[in-house]
This record gives sequence, structure tokens and C-alpha cells, in this order.
Amino acid sequence: MIEKTLKGKPAYWIWLAFLGMFMAVGVACYARQYLFGLGMTGMSRDVSWGLYISQFTFLVGVAAGGVMLVLPYYVHDYKAFGKITILGEFLAIAAITMCLLFIMADLGQPLRALNVVLHPTPSSMLFYDMIVLNGYLFLNILCGWVILTAERKQVHPPKWIYFFVYLSIPFAVSIHTVTAMLYCGLPGRHFWLSAIIAPRFLASAFAAGPALIILACLILKRVANFDAGKEAMNKLVTIIMYAALLNTFFVLLEVFVGYYSNIPGHKHSIEYLFFGLEHHGHMYNNLVPFMWTSVVLNFGALGLFAWPYARKKNEFLLGLSCAMIFIALWIDKGLGFVFAGFIPNPLDEITEYIPTANELGITLGIWATGLFVVTLLYKIAVGVEHEIEE
Amino acid sequence: MDKQRRKFLKIAGVTALAGIGAPALVRLSSSNALASEHGAAEGHAAEAAHGAPVEAAPQGVRLGMVIDMRKITERPELLDGAIAACIDAHNIPQFDNRKSEIKWLWKAPFANVFPVESSYHLAKNVKETDFAVLCNHCDDPPCVRACPTQATFKVKANGIVAMDFHRCIGCRFCMAACPYGARSFNWEDPRPYIKKYNKDFPSRMRGVVEKCNFCGERLARGQEPACVEACKGTGAIVFGDLNDAHSEIRQLLDKEFTIQRNAALGTKPSVFYIV
Repeated sequence: MIEKTLKGKPAYWIWLAFLGMFMAVGVACYARQYLFGLGMTGMSRDVSWGLYISQFTFLVGVAAGGVMLVLPYYVHDYKAFGKITILGEFLAIAAITMCLLFIMADLGQPLRALNVVLHPTPSSMLFYDMIVLNGYLFLNILCGWVILTAERKQVHPPKWIYFFVYLSIPFAVSIHTVTAMLYCGLPGRHFWLSAIIAPRFLASAFAAGPALIILACLILKRVANFDAGKEAMNKLVTIIMYAALLNTFFVLLEVFVGYYSNIPGHKHSIEYLFFGLEHHGHMYNNLVPFMWTSVVLNFGALGLFAWPYARKKNEFLLGLSCAMIFIALWIDKGLGFVFAGFIPNPLDEITEYIPTANELGITLGIWATGLFVVTLLYKIAVGVEHEIEE
Repeated sequence: MDKQRRKFLKIAGVTALAGIGAPALVRLSSSNALASEHGAAEGHAAEAAHGAPVEAAPQGVRLGMVIDMRKITERPELLDGAIAACIDAHNIPQFDNRKSEIKWLWKAPFANVFPVESSYHLAKNVKETDFAVLCNHCDDPPCVRACPTQATFKVKANGIVAMDFHRCIGCRFCMAACPYGARSFNWEDPRPYIKKYNKDFPSRMRGVVEKCNFCGERLARGQEPACVEACKGTGAIVFGDLNDAHSEIRQLLDKEFTIQRNAALGTKPSVFYIV
């Protein structure tokens, strides 16, 4: 099936070349960082995790979001998702690839990464994260490939594969739960020390992942003559709406707990995110415009989803609202959540984090790599689909 | 009392408490052993009731430190001397930007060192003196829990929270986990920024985390920690075994009221402050 990636219209090659350019920039930037050290980034003693780990956290969610297709299709036999379930699985592969690249980019000593395996430490949440992330990657490659191969031959997939398909469902939940546990089990970081982090992560994941899949379907419809079907799209929109509403609800609960309890530690990070934190006469508010953009996009998208014309009849508005919710959740989790956890630091000092150009280059490079991988995988999936139709 | 007997008594006590012990066992285990089991049980109950951490029954050596801020308020140069000694002893690089800073022992105002204590109408001398800040060498360290490679670990023999610079992968999970901001990361090669090279202690490479090690390497040579030595004879920093009732540090702790940094988190810090 891999041969399907080698044939395509000029637009396909131009797109790959475009992504390849960013990937090359990413490699060059990484070479600089590798030779100098993580001092090339904007991270500091106080904000010791930056864009890499925040992108990782967000993308784990995108990967887990694929389960919103797998679960209805395989467990509830929801036939309308038959054509696009493979897109969810392949998106998960690309997203986990990005996650692993972001982790590697973030390590101070990347050549020692295998120490996590050589000295397994069950008390560390990173140990479990390594297991579930790699496990989920493996499961998606296996299930996606076997099922697509069977589809191509127009036979039923072998029975044994269903064991792995069902196994991938708890794995999807576990990758984001364990990722939340990286944060929510740390004493002294009030913003993260909340039992709602894992449910909140899952809710935003189940909105962001499917939103990206709708966007992909809309693009594939135009460029690859692939129609996911109206019913499937409508159902996905319903899933996104409920998930995004739950996420909004969870975030508001955090705001309530912080402000009603009036405990400074519980309020500081929220205040920093949305209003800016005044500290010794200086106003720290780098993230405020981002967070309000997120709020506006979030509610704007929810409004558009609630309007039947926009979600059912107008593909432009549907795409727009999916892009809006995706960006809103990316800001919320892919920027705000991680950075604000470090503010203020344990000594009640504030250091703001601003990524450097080199860091942005690596980040864009990894995103481009993910898009590159997903393009190739979708090319295969759509190619097989067309082959069957002929 | 040797360890074997103690272990036996403990097991006997637990069995008896569980109600499955044979009467002979109960008779064998002295009333003392039972009493100590009761003590432990009460301690746990207290912890559950109001969240205040209760130290576990002492076991082995647990090194700790008392910093007498009254002495440092009188002679602030003592702390400066201790910091300088620490920098020299451990090849700590001196960066001029805050972003790359490496800090093992440093100073900060009371409000920053104890952000969960009230700083409202603080006594003038406390407000105006900088406090010593260093790793707390917690008895239940969150950084050790978080480390995915055991590159940071508790030394069984003395309770020091130590680092293996050669195993650290630089994921900085420990920095996020430490509630005391005690850890630093080598964002770049630190060697050009070491002012005076000390051959008795390794310098670090970029990409690893480091922090105060209670001078484990000096203790192994029979020396005191560098900061303690720098304050010798003044009593500003007292170092010793918290589990030894006859040690200088224990006698000081028995006599003076001390506070620990954010003890409510249950980390059981081993650094105490006399304010």
C-alpha cells in the first residue's frame, strides 16, 4: 500500500515539499539546540517546561481524540463512521509521532533517553506515559494497517485484530489520563494540583481530535474526491459540541474554586492567564490576549455549531467553526495550561516565558513532520478507498 | 537492641494487633513493642485528621540542618561566606542572567522562602534579613518520585537526596515536582562560567539537573558540609543526624522553636529554621 504515496498530482508534491521545507528548518534549528543546549530556548530555571512539553500535552489529546471514531464504529457498530475510522487511527499515529519528537526535543540529554527503559521507575508517571504512548502508537499502526489491508482485498479483517482494536480504546483514554497525571500529582503547583485535570484533558481532546478530522475530511473532499458522508460529519459535530461544552464547564469549575475559595495559590495562575498578575509593581500579562482569543473562539465556535445552517448546509462555516474550536483548545492546553503552572514559582517570584525563534523553528518543524506523516497516511487510506470504488 | 530483635518485635506487635497472633507471641513481645505500635497508629490517625504531616518513627541516619537566622541577622556576612564556600566546593557556574542561573545555596527574603506563612506585619529584623535557601532533602521527596530514571534518589545510609549527573536525561520533571524551587538545570555548558575550578568535585555538562547535595562528597572524606564549615564556631548552621537523640542538632531542635518550608505538603523537609 505504501506505493500509493509515490503517485500524486502536482499539488500533492508541492504540499509535501512545502512541509519538507519547514522540516528542514526544524532539523537545522535542532542541530543548533543540540550543539549549544536548551539555553537556545526561552525556558528558564523558573519556567522549566515550554512549548515542547505544552505541544506534547496538546497532541496527546489529538491522538486520543481518534477514539471518538473507533468507539462508536467498533463498539456500537455505528456504520456511518466506517469510511473515516481509519482517518482517526492514522491521525493518532501522526499525533503520537509528534509527541515523541517533542519529548526528544525537550530532553537535555537526548542520547540518554533509553535510560527510562534501562532504569524503569514505576513511581514516575513518565514511565507509564512512555508505556501507554508507545503502546497506543503500536496499536494504531497495527489496527490501521491490518484493517486497511483487509478492506483493500475486500475481505473481513481477521478476528484477532478486534482484540487489539478494543484494547486501543482504554489505551486512548489512558494516554491522556497519564499525561494529566504528569501534572496533577505534583505538590506545590496549585494550578495543576486538581483532580479535574484528567477529565478536562479528555474533554478537550474529544473535541480537538474530531475537529481536526472534520477539517481533514473537508480538505480531502476538495483535493482527493473523498466524501466522508453527511451523517458521519453531523455525528462528529455532535461529539465535538458535547466535548467542548464539557471542557468549558470544567474550566469554569476551576475558576469558581479559585475565586470563591479565595485561596491565593488557587487564583494566581488563573489570574495570570486571564487578567495578568501584578507583582511588586510590575504587571505580568503575556498570555492574556491569547487566553481571551481562546475564549472568544471557543464560544464563537459553540455558537456556530448550535446553528443548524452552519453545521449542516455550509461547509465553509463548518470548517471555520472546527478550526476555531481547534485553535481555542490549542491555546487553552497547548499554551496556557503548561506555562501558567509555573507562575508564580515556588519562591513566589514571576518569570515569564517567551519562546525563542530557534525554539519556534523546531516546533514548526515537528508540526510539519506530523502533517507530512498524516498526509502520506491519508493518501494511502484514500487511495485504497478509490481502488475499492473502481 | 539489635535490628533483628527489633524487627521481630515489630512483626509480633503487628500480628498481635491484627488479632491473629497466638497468645504466646503476645507474651513474647514486651509491652514496649505494643506501645510503640500504638504510637505509630495514633500518628497516622492524626495525619489523616488534619493534614499536618507527622514524621514517621526514626529509622537509620537522617541528616538534617538547622539554620539559626538570629545569628545570620546579627552577622549577615556568615551567609555570604557559606554561599561562597558552596560555590567553590561544587564548581557552581556564575551566570549573569537569571534565566540560566544555577543555585545550590542562595538567599531570599522571608516572604519568598516562606510564601505560605504570613508576612503581614513581620518583625523588622526578619523582614530585612535574607534567609538561606537550599534543597530540603525531604524524607519523602517529590522529585525522587517523579524522576523516570532514578537519577535523583535518596541515599539509604543518610537520607541525602542525591543526583547522578551521568544518568539524568534532562527531562526536568524533578524541577516541576520540587515544591521548593531547589533545582537548577544546565541550560548550556556551565564550564566556561566556573570561576575557580575545584578538582575534588566534578563539574557538570549541559543538559542535566543539579542541586545541593548536603556535601555528600565531603562527608565521605570526614569533612563537614562547606556551608557549615564556613560558619564554624558561630552556630549559624548546625548539621547532623535528626534521628540521633544525642546529636547537637537534636538538642538544638529540642530547645528551640523551628519552622520548616511548606511542611503541609507532606514532604518532611530536613532543613529547619530558627527565626
